[in-house]
Amino acid sequence: MAIDAELVRKVAQLAHIAEPEERLAPLAAELNGIIAWIEQLAEVDTDGVEPMTSAVAATLPLREDVVTDGGDSARVLANAPKTVDGFFVVPKVVE
Amino acid sequence: MSELTALTLKAALDGLKAKSFSAVEITQAHIAAVEAARPLNAFVLETPDKALDMAAASDARIARGEAGRLEGAPLGIKDLFCTEGVRSTAGSKILGNFIPPYESTVTANLFGQGAVMLGKLNMDEFAMGSSNETSAWGPVINPWKSASGGNSALTPGGSSGGSAAAVAADICLGATATDTGGSIRQPAAFTGTVGIKPTYGRCSRWGVVAFASSLDQAGPIAKTVEDAAILLTTMASHDPKDSTSLPVETPDFAPFVGKSVKGLRVGVPKEYRVDGMPAEIEKLWQDGVDWLKAAGCEIVEVSLPHTKYALPAYYIVAPAEASSNLARYDGMRYGLRAEGKNLNEVYETTRAEGFGDEVKRRILIGTYVLSAGYYDAYYLKAQKVRRRIADDFDQAWRTCDVLLTPTAPSAAFALGERMADPIAMYLNDVFTVTTNLAGLPSISVPAGLDAGGLPLGLQVIGRALDEGTVFSVAGALEKAAAFRGKAQRWW
Repeated sequence: MAIDAELVRKVAQLAHIAEPEERLAPLAAELNGIIAWIEQLAEVDTDGVEPMTSAVAATLPLREDVVTDGGDSARVLANAPKTVDGFFVVPKVVE
Repeated sequence: MSELTALTLKAALDGLKAKSFSAVEITQAHIAAVEAARPLNAFVLETPDKALDMAAASDARIARGEAGRLEGAPLGIKDLFCTEGVRSTAGSKILGNFIPPYESTVTANLFGQGAVMLGKLNMDEFAMGSSNETSAWGPVINPWKSASGGNSALTPGGSSGGSAAAVAADICLGATATDTGGSIRQPAAFTGTVGIKPTYGRCSRWGVVAFASSLDQAGPIAKTVEDAAILLTTMASHDPKDSTSLPVETPDFAPFVGKSVKGLRVGVPKEYRVDGMPAEIEKLWQDGVDWLKAAGCEIVEVSLPHTKYALPAYYIVAPAEASSNLARYDGMRYGLRAEGKNLNEVYETTRAEGFGDEVKRRILIGTYVLSAGYYDAYYLKAQKVRRRIADDFDQAWRTCDVLLTPTAPSAAFALGERMADPIAMYLNDVFTVTTNLAGLPSISVPAGLDAGGLPLGLQVIGRALDEGTVFSVAGALEKAAAFRGKAQRWW
């Protein structure tokens, strides 16, 4: 299916990226070019093929369910754009 | 430049051990070389004071007889690796002035063995690019110039362009790099250096800024195959902090370099003979076949029938994983935060201002292929094709021990030449991306020059965890090619 400006607007919203109105059509053209090139995958017979989710055949290990770190809010907050009294400050979420 | 910067890592380590010079002396020589090479734009952050402190500590350990494997060796660190107390940006504006309060496992391994950090190396933003032109810090300039290309500035390749340029220009003894679709090997090929992407899981991804987690692997860029083997031996380790880190011992890779390759079966995949491949690359490939034959290898033609589908599959899997990984950059806990009327607007504006065009393009593709209604058609399909590609390699290993291919379909190209066409840029990785999808070790070795005098690389691919054989074959190619080229200094 071809990507149009409206679909780009929707995808950009899902991705939380502000795209100005005038960028929607050029982006649609760019993405269509890439998706059309990707469509050649349809030629590959993948009936009965198990999707590959990991590059190596390893089972994910489980670690002990114990506290290994913590109590270090100064380091956690060190790179925050805004903090008050040991908390992250974020824009108001609920009006 | 000083003779100390012209040394290989191996020669420098021998000299340090023999006390022919001190760690501080070789570090000072490199700091001066880094400053002189600023026109290359290879470093985004120089850390000379830290380097001298680390070197002084190295000299003290050498004096006490407690030297580590890399004691006193000045290295460059790709800016994708988090370094404790030292700004790490991944080539992006969105990380702002991020100063990690922790050290990546790979850099901790290197520094734990005495390596000295000269600074952080430039790269494509979030490692998304093949020419270094997507970096928020501006592109790295390749130290090499083409005799037939006038004086134009060439790309060092990407995404590890800073690492490759810095090693090629002799401003560090070796560098860390990462490879998601070819980001170690293509820049190595473009700069006449050696770069290896090990088996997925050899090097811990902990503390490496994530791009596409099922494909990302760290590895070194170095001056020689032996240097690459020395660096990888220390970079690799099992790390419980990375759930995909393989619980295996890391062998000492250096003794594999120089080992006889007699009797090894070398596969030549016919599908890598792509349309429009320059004659000189085809010739170089044939030279590689002849050299290995002369060294006692048996040459076998093999087929990897799904090769042409690797790049399109990659451009679903990698953006999908990237869109998920990069969701963390929301302006709340670290990095850039833009102003906005409400929370959503803050998110959207922060990400619009913080990410560059290529990163946004890939996030949008990834979000699209993962979104409701398209997941099966794109993402699931790509994962099945990925399995087919991995199966191709498994078939090939029945008749051969390693594969020999060119590393990239061209030599270094001019900056600006391919930025307008994303797919033309993506095609740089046509020979490298297959092994990221399959998780296999692969190395690029400089093996010749094109008509304009630019370096060209050959790639050796091995079985999973068989870096040893890969290093042996790479060593044999290096010896036979007798590549001695160095960029003429213009900076």
